[in-house]
Amino acid sequence: MEKVPFFHALTLDEDACIGCSHCMKACPTEALRVRDGKAQLNPDRCIDCGNCFKVCPTKAIYIKQDDFDSIFNFACRVALVPSVFMGQFPNDITVSRIYQILKEIGFTHVIETEATVPIYTQAKNNYAAEHPDIRPLISTFCPAIVRLIQVKFPGLVENLIPIKAPIDLTAMYIRRKLEQQEDWNPEDVGIFYITPCAAKIAAVKSPVGEEKSLVDGVINMDSLFNRVFKRIKEQGKGFHEQKLPVSQLAADGVLTSLTNGERRLSNAKHSYSIDEIHNVIEFLEKVENDEIEDVDFLELRACDQSCPGGILTCDNRFLICERIFARARKIADRERKGEQTKDHEVESERNYLSRHVKVGEIRPRSMLVLDEDITQALEKMRRINELRAKLPQRDCGVCGAPTCDALARDIVMGEANLNDCIFHPKNNNS
Amino acid sequence: MHFEYQVYEADFVNAGAASSAIKKTLKQLNINPQIIKRVVVALYEAEVNAIAHAYGGTIYADIEADKIIVKVVDTGPGIPDIEWAMKEGNSTASPEVRNMGFGAGMGLPNIRKNVDRLDVQSTVGVGTTVEMEVHFN
Repeated sequence: MEKVPFFHALTLDEDACIGCSHCMKACPTEALRVRDGKAQLNPDRCIDCGNCFKVCPTKAIYIKQDDFDSIFNFACRVALVPSVFMGQFPNDITVSRIYQILKEIGFTHVIETEATVPIYTQAKNNYAAEHPDIRPLISTFCPAIVRLIQVKFPGLVENLIPIKAPIDLTAMYIRRKLEQQEDWNPEDVGIFYITPCAAKIAAVKSPVGEEKSLVDGVINMDSLFNRVFKRIKEQGKGFHEQKLPVSQLAADGVLTSLTNGERRLSNAKHSYSIDEIHNVIEFLEKVENDEIEDVDFLELRACDQSCPGGILTCDNRFLICERIFARARKIADRERKGEQTKDHEVESERNYLSRHVKVGEIRPRSMLVLDEDITQALEKMRRINELRAKLPQRDCGVCGAPTCDALARDIVMGEANLNDCIFHPKNNNS
Repeated sequence: MHFEYQVYEADFVNAGAASSAIKKTLKQLNINPQIIKRVVVALYEAEVNAIAHAYGGTIYADIEADKIIVKVVDTGPGIPDIEWAMKEGNSTASPEVRNMGFGAGMGLPNIRKNVDRLDVQSTVGVGTTVEMEVHFN
């Protein structure tokens, strides 16, 4: 089991927390408890999905990010922008104009994360062909899903496709290009990812299967949106924009971060794309039991509508999806007319990227194990079952645990007391 | 640790409930995930057998420090030729059951592949008892 402590982007502000327990009820991995009137996050269980952030009424849960000004620690400042960022803006704001504003506010280079999607897709399809014995293969595109499988479905860890996600591939590509073609010193290049969610931050700060991330910093999408949109407002309606060259994304690339974005490019005969964390958990329970036969590939995303539903996006997810579709349709139209080829600038580095596309071993880190020693674990389970019979099974949450079962477990693990249950007479200690 | 689950004839909707419950337990015991998988796959097959081909039955599971022993006891109709039923592709399932995606004749062979010990006792007209054992180490 992996034992390294995990960085979490989700952080609790104790002063703002009113102990309401909304977050505790929303957490899909039961990582939250309310103790002494304040929420507490168990770092071993948290997968950075952000469900708690969404429901917190006092904004006591916030997302750590790098200070925007930290980009100026580097002479060469790259904005690594997922195409979902472009979907935050009204249709009349062009991609080129967003690039231009990003450069005005401080970046020297802008590249879209999905630039390396053709290489990413090929690497996944190759891996599938090389490993016919592992089915279903599960995409590692969404970092919250990778962490979910590590903590809750350890038996499926070996089904994860150990291929770098587009964020890392594109960071690798741009760094090489800047160093080789523009002669930048490696230490002068800072790559900043614009994130739609907390999970990507955690993936950058403590990557799974890698020693160190290829990305130097993370900026939250909502805060950057405000900076860019302010500039758009200042420029006013009559603003005449200068056309800048933008990343030559293929329509396939633009669609990758949407639900079905990977599945439609997969060679797999039988595949599913499933979004929203509870849907994913429900499905993985069945996969783990081998109840679903003949599945070759699973595209799983933690957020409803995938990245447009990320907790740091700035508009309704369905509107964002439609804008991204509209952009993809335009590009596909140009591709059909032969005005734009599906080949991309990254093609020149295809060999280099393909050689470095794999990540190291992804290890399970089960949150469920009661004890390393099975005899002890059995004894603890016996006590948990005993306690369950004493608890009212109303899952009211007043004790500070999300369910009666969770309280029983907490008591046996020494983290809670039977007196915490309001339905239990105080003198009736076990 | 002892568990008992009832399964009912033709209750396909709930097929997998017992295997899921056992899986949930095993995951808390620091048992190798690949071994858990074998237990769950074998148990799911046995569970479906009792639902699809027998008149329902009872699943008894005993978890010890080094192994799990599962006994699935149904109340009929019984298997006339166990050796025949153990071969891949052989099945006595009705067309209705096959239409639901069950009854491909992979049940018992698949169980055998996944367990360390398998013992099938059957009397036609009385019932079948499938006992299986998986070692944790």
